[in-house]
Amino acid sequence: MVTGKGGTGKTTVAAALALALATGGKRTLLVEVENRQGIAQLFDVPPLPYAERRIAVPPRGGEVRALAVDAEEAFLEYLELFYRLGRAGRMLKRIGAVDFVTTIAPGLRDVLLTGKVKEAVTRVEQGHRVYHAVVLDAPPTGRVGRFLNVTAEVAGLAKVGPIKHQSEGVAAVLRSPTTAVHVVTLLEEMPVQETADAVAELRELQIPVGSIIVNQTCESVLSGARVTQTQLRRDLEALGLPTDRRTVAGLAAEARDHQARIRVQRRLRSELEQLGPPVLELPFLADGIDLSGLYVLMDALLEQGVHTA
Amino acid sequence: MDTKRALDLDTLLADRDIRIIVCCGSGGVGKTTTAAALALRAAERHGRRTVVLTIDPARRLAQSLGLAALDNTPRRVDEIDETAGGELFAMMLDMKRTFDEVVLAHSDPDRAKEIFANPFYQAMSSTFSGTQEYMAMEKLGQLRARNEWDLIVVDTPPSRSALDFLDAPKRLARFLDGKMLRLLLAPARSGGGRSVLRLVGASMSMVGRIMRKVLGGQLLNEVSTFVSALDSMFGGFRERSERTYRILQAPETAFLVVASPEPDAIREASYFAGRLAEEQMPLAGLIVNRVHTVAAHGLSVERSLAAAETLTTTDPDSVTAAVLRVHADLVRTAEREQRITDRFRRTHPDVPVAQVPALPEDVHDLEGLRRCLSALL
Ligand SMILES: Nc1ncnc2c1ncn2[C@@H]1O[C@H](COP(=O)(O)OP(=O)(O)OP(=O)(O)O)[C@@H](O)[C@H]1O
Ligand SMILES: Nc1ncnc2c1ncn2[C@@H]1O[C@H](COP(=O)(O)OP(=O)(O)O)[C@@H](O)[C@H]1O
Ligand SMILES: [Mg+2]
Ligand SMILES: [Mg+2]
Repeated sequence: MVTGKGGTGKTTVAAALALALATGGKRTLLVEVENRQGIAQLFDVPPLPYAERRIAVPPRGGEVRALAVDAEEAFLEYLELFYRLGRAGRMLKRIGAVDFVTTIAPGLRDVLLTGKVKEAVTRVEQGHRVYHAVVLDAPPTGRVGRFLNVTAEVAGLAKVGPIKHQSEGVAAVLRSPTTAVHVVTLLEEMPVQETADAVAELRELQIPVGSIIVNQTCESVLSGARVTQTQLRRDLEALGLPTDRRTVAGLAAEARDHQARIRVQRRLRSELEQLGPPVLELPFLADGIDLSGLYVLMDALLEQGVHTA
Repeated sequence: MDTKRALDLDTLLADRDIRIIVCCGSGGVGKTTTAAALALRAAERHGRRTVVLTIDPARRLAQSLGLAALDNTPRRVDEIDETAGGELFAMMLDMKRTFDEVVLAHSDPDRAKEIFANPFYQAMSSTFSGTQEYMAMEKLGQLRARNEWDLIVVDTPPSRSALDFLDAPKRLARFLDGKMLRLLLAPARSGGGRSVLRLVGASMSMVGRIMRKVLGGQLLNEVSTFVSALDSMFGGFRERSERTYRILQAPETAFLVVASPEPDAIREASYFAGRLAEEQMPLAGLIVNRVHTVAAHGLSVERSLAAAETLTTTDPDSVTAAVLRVHADLVRTAEREQRITDRFRRTHPDVPVAQVPALPEDVHDLEGLRRCLSALL
């Protein structure tokens, strides 16, 4: 599971993780659940259907498949399985009844989604697990606790029957060592705060936290150094560069701001380290994220031992 | 920058005919910060009696505005400069309490008590997606109706899409009107009507039975008593939200779309600008927040990097070389951000744009809020 504050890079990191876990000839499934087609956008392909399709291959063999789980479709699938609704099911969707039901019972929606993940995780064909790993691009930190706390979520629903049974099965998988929730963050106040909150919440729920993944980090070449305008001017002069006040004072101001940012990042980084789970880092890629960018992030994850995290 | 299309925030804040400013945008771009900064400036510089309605502010920012408690009432912020004759009030939206207030306003106390005790109401008034947007609108309507402030600055909920602010209330209203529930719970009507409808009716009752099995009778009963309890006041609900919608279309309102200089946020801002035009809601401009600024203009990326290279050959630890590399990075970032912003300018030539610099540290006090807008680009 990959969570994190909105916009920190959950989808990107989930994709890099699915690639990393597939290297060496394995097969993984990258799943999204929020109807946003984030995976399709990331890989620059047409919208994904509700079906498992190959989306990428890591270098040196392996395969990543992707799936966009649609809660309404999953609900219809479920109704079909247990109640044989036939055509009425389709009609239900058309008139908005499925949307209505998953709205009044958001827990039902979430159990259907996590249920689909559990099914993929445990699926066996010819005596072998179909997927070495399933990576879920999960809801953001603010909602992930409720999303994963399936048994509590459906407590208000029917006391017997398949949903109840399903939620217990899902809860068992989520609380087992099969699961790891990775929390993506940036070195900024609010994402770090949310990371701390999420780690605490997940612990409370006894859902295993994998690692904290600090995304978009920049290496600093100027951390502790003392910058003086005298020194700057002398060096600029020697190089034949402009030494007017604006340039020299400007450079000094830029350096000061940069160092202030680095100080904040250091502090936040050490706050993250105190949380307990291992802290991994992914570089900021200035050219944006395409497949080659994902490979870079994948390599970074592998180097930091993500498969064992 | 093309000054014709520059957004002059001070002119906007000084304009006495503008009574409401709404800050929208996708999550994390700085809506709350911008809303608070604008309100502070309106009070301090333009002498306006201003209230800012914040939603989920960062903890430290809330504290510095004196919003330790989420009590849903505007609190006066004392530490501001009031020499221009303005005042600042700040509040943080409590959506559950706002919902309760609406229920109370439209029903007798017994009915209200019944609704408050309903477990489904309790769940929905605190977690339902869309409730926050709806209640933000409601609160805005209430503040406007009190007519106590010259200017109301509204932050919008931290949804992933700026459009949610416009769409969620309608979605919630559609849900509350109970049509779907009646449809699902209705017994099959026999006879009458065309056969297609009879067929629909029959399958619906089967569906109703199955829903009962899946969801459990209890939940459906709760929802159904809740919706019928609400039925009598539904007209009131709709009327209120329609009134707020009209306020949003009035010339006294100005929308500001906030975006970070990133492709996703700018794209979202673009959609939103289009949508506001469709809804005939007045867009005052785009605020690009957290823009990186270059201070040493005379040095290009290439020259800086070449110079850094030369310096490190003689001294690998040269501080000046490091400073030049930081500068080169900054220039590149600033250029990328300008390219991204220019995309918006090209597609929306009529929308004025303002840029707020990225401060090196987070904004969590009044001084930070002042600094945000004092260095407007
Ligand atoms: N390491 C990185 N370097 C550069 N850009 C990055 C990196 N990681 C993510 N991004 C960019 O940041 C933006 C947000 O990333 P992404 O969509 O993965 O976040 P998210 O957490 O899934 O967002 P949401 O909460 O909206 O689902 C994207 O434009 C992405 O390309
Ligand atoms: N111009 C800025 N410079 C530096 N930090 C900023 C700036 N604008 C916002 N921030 C920081 O960014 C974070 C998100 O801002 P916030 O206003 O809460 O966003 P939103 O309300 O859009 O989700 C906060 O920690 C805030 O302090
Ligand atoms: Mg995403
Ligand atoms: Mg906010």
